[in-house]
Amino acid sequence: MGFYEQILQFVLTGLTIGAIYALVALGFNIIHNATGIVNFVQCEFVTLGGMMMYTYYSLLGIPLILSFFLSMTTIILLGALIERGPIRVARSKAIIVLVFITIGLSSTIRGTALLAWGPDNVPLPSFSGENVIRILGAAILPQHLWIFGITIGVVIFLQYFFHRTLIGKAMRATAVNRKAASLMGISVNRMVLLSFAMSGGIGAVGGMIIAPITTTSYDTGIMLALKGFSAAILGGYGNNAGAIAGGLILGVLESLGAGLISSKFKNAFAFLILLLVLFFKPTGLLGYGESERV
Amino acid sequence: MRNRFKFMAPFTQKKETLFLIIFALGIVLIPLFVKNKYYFMVMNIVGLNTIVVIGLNLLIGFTGQISLGHAAFYGMGAYLSAIFTTTYGFPPWPTIALAMIITGMVAYFVGYPSLKLKGHYLVMATLGFSIIVHIFMVELDQITGGPSGFPGIPHLSIGKLVFHDDLKNFYLIWTFAFLCILVSLNLVNSRVGRALKAIHGSEVAANTLGIDTDKYKAKVFVLSAIFASLAGSLYAHYITFISPRSFDFYYSIQVVTMVIVGGMGSVWGAFFGAGLLTVLSEILHVTEKFNIIIYGAILTLVLVFLPEGMVVGFYSFYRRRKVKTLIEKEGN
Repeated sequence: MGFYEQILQFVLTGLTIGAIYALVALGFNIIHNATGIVNFVQCEFVTLGGMMMYTYYSLLGIPLILSFFLSMTTIILLGALIERGPIRVARSKAIIVLVFITIGLSSTIRGTALLAWGPDNVPLPSFSGENVIRILGAAILPQHLWIFGITIGVVIFLQYFFHRTLIGKAMRATAVNRKAASLMGISVNRMVLLSFAMSGGIGAVGGMIIAPITTTSYDTGIMLALKGFSAAILGGYGNNAGAIAGGLILGVLESLGAGLISSKFKNAFAFLILLLVLFFKPTGLLGYGESERV
Repeated sequence: MRNRFKFMAPFTQKKETLFLIIFALGIVLIPLFVKNKYYFMVMNIVGLNTIVVIGLNLLIGFTGQISLGHAAFYGMGAYLSAIFTTTYGFPPWPTIALAMIITGMVAYFVGYPSLKLKGHYLVMATLGFSIIVHIFMVELDQITGGPSGFPGIPHLSIGKLVFHDDLKNFYLIWTFAFLCILVSLNLVNSRVGRALKAIHGSEVAANTLGIDTDKYKAKVFVLSAIFASLAGSLYAHYITFISPRSFDFYYSIQVVTMVIVGGMGSVWGAFFGAGLLTVLSEILHVTEKFNIIIYGAILTLVLVFLPEGMVVGFYSFYRRRKVKTLIEKEGN
C-alpha cells in the first residue's frame, strides 16, 4: 500500500470513529442545552447500547433490526428513568450537585454492567457481512457504511426535529431561556425529560453501530464518551453543527496520529487536543463564546 | 453569623482549636491502645486519603468545580518520588518537595484555562489529563515499570530513624495529615479564605470588589494538586511498591465520594469522609467487584438526599432540632 493509500485509509477509519464521537457529542449537547449539566451517564448510554444489542441479538436470538430498536428503546427508557428518578428527586438543584449525581449513577451502572456481563469483551456480528469494499485503494467494511448511513440519518432526524416540529422548537426555546420558555407555556420539566431520553437513544445508537468493529464490554463507553465530550468542546460546546464537525475532525486527527506517530498513545491524542482547545480557543471551532452576563 | 455560607463548616474557631488538640492527642495516644498491624495499615491509608481529600475538598467546596484528576496528581507524586529516588538516587525529602512543585506547575497548566471559563470544563479537562497520565504510566515501561509496577522504593528516614514499619509510618503520615488540616483551616480563616467565600457567594460581586477570581480558583486547584502529590510521595515511600492500578479513574471517584460524604467545604468533614469510606472499602474488600457500585450508590444517595454531606447535614439537623426545642420551651 502506497503512502497516499495509507493516508486515505487512516482518514476513512478516522471518519468512521469520528461519526461515533459526533453522535456522543450530540448527546452531551442536548442535555447541556436543556439543563446546563455535564451528563456522565452518557458513557453508560453508549456502553449499554452495545451490551443490550449483544443481549437481544446474540443471547436471545431476536432478529437484528428488532434488536436494534429494542435496545434503543431500552436506553431511551433508562434515560427517562434517570431524569424522573435521581435528577428530579434531588433536594439540591445546584449544577455541581447534579453533575456529581450523574458521576455517581455512571459508576453504579458501570458496576452493575460488570456484574451482569462480566469483564470480557464480547463480539457483535456486522450488520451485513464482512466483505471488504475497496475505495481508491483503501479498504473499508460494510459496517463502516452502516455507521456513516445511520449517523447521517440521526443528524437529519435531529435537524428536522429541532427546526420543524413544535416540540423541537420548544426544546430550543428552553435551551435559550428556561424562564421565558416556561412563561410561554412550555413545560420545562418535560423538555428536560425528553432531552435525557433523546440523548440516551443517540448514545445507544452510537454504541450499537461501533460494537461490530471494536467489540464491546462493560467499560467501552467511558473512552468513547470522553472523546465525544472532547469533540463537543472542539466544535464549541452546545453547538450541534460544531459537535458533528468536532467529532469528525477529532476522529481523523486521532487516526492519523495513531497511524503516523505512535499507536501506543492513541488514546492520549484526543485528550491532548481537548487540553489544547481549552487552552487556546475554549469557545471551540463554531462556539459563540460564553460571555459573562451580569 | 458564621454559618451564613451553605457549604462552610459549622464550627467556630474556638471549637476548631479544641478539635485540633483532640486530633493531635488521638495521633499520639492511638498507638498505645491499638497493637494490630492491619489496623495500622488501614489507618495509614485513611491518613493518605485524608491528605488528598482535604485538598480536593477546598477545591470543590470553595470554587464549586469538580476534579476527576486527583488520581493523576496522587500518582505523579508517587511516580516522581519513586523514579527520582530509586533510579537516579536523589535524596527522598527534597524529592518530595520537587514532586510537589512539578505537580503544582502541571496542575496550573491543566486547570487555569478551564477555570477561566464559566461552566464545568474542569471536570473533563482533569479527567482527560488523568487518562493521559495513566497511559504514560503504563506505556513508558522503561521508566515507570509499566503495568507490572515499580518496586524497590526506599523508606523515608530522618538521620538514623528509618520509617520502615506501619507504626512509624503511622506517625509520619498522620503528622503530615495534621499539618494539611492546619494549613487548610488557616487558609479558610485567612484573607484568601474570605476571598474564596466571597467567590462562592457571588463570583460577580467578588470580581467587582477587586478579587481576581480566576487567579484564586487556580491557586486552590494547584494547592489541592500539591496535597495529592504529597500523599502520593508518602504512599510510595511507605508501601515501597507502586503500580498504575492504584492511580486509575476509580481512585478519583473514591476521593470525590469522600468529599461529598463529608460535606463540600467542611475540613473536618473531609477527614470523616476519608475515614468512613476507607474503612468501608476495607470491610468490603472481599467483594472488590462491588466496590464501584457501592461508591456510585453512596455518591448518588448522599447527593440526592443530603447534598450538604453527612457531617454538615446531620449537624444542621441537630441544630434545627435544638432551636426547635428552645422555641418550644420558651412557648411554655
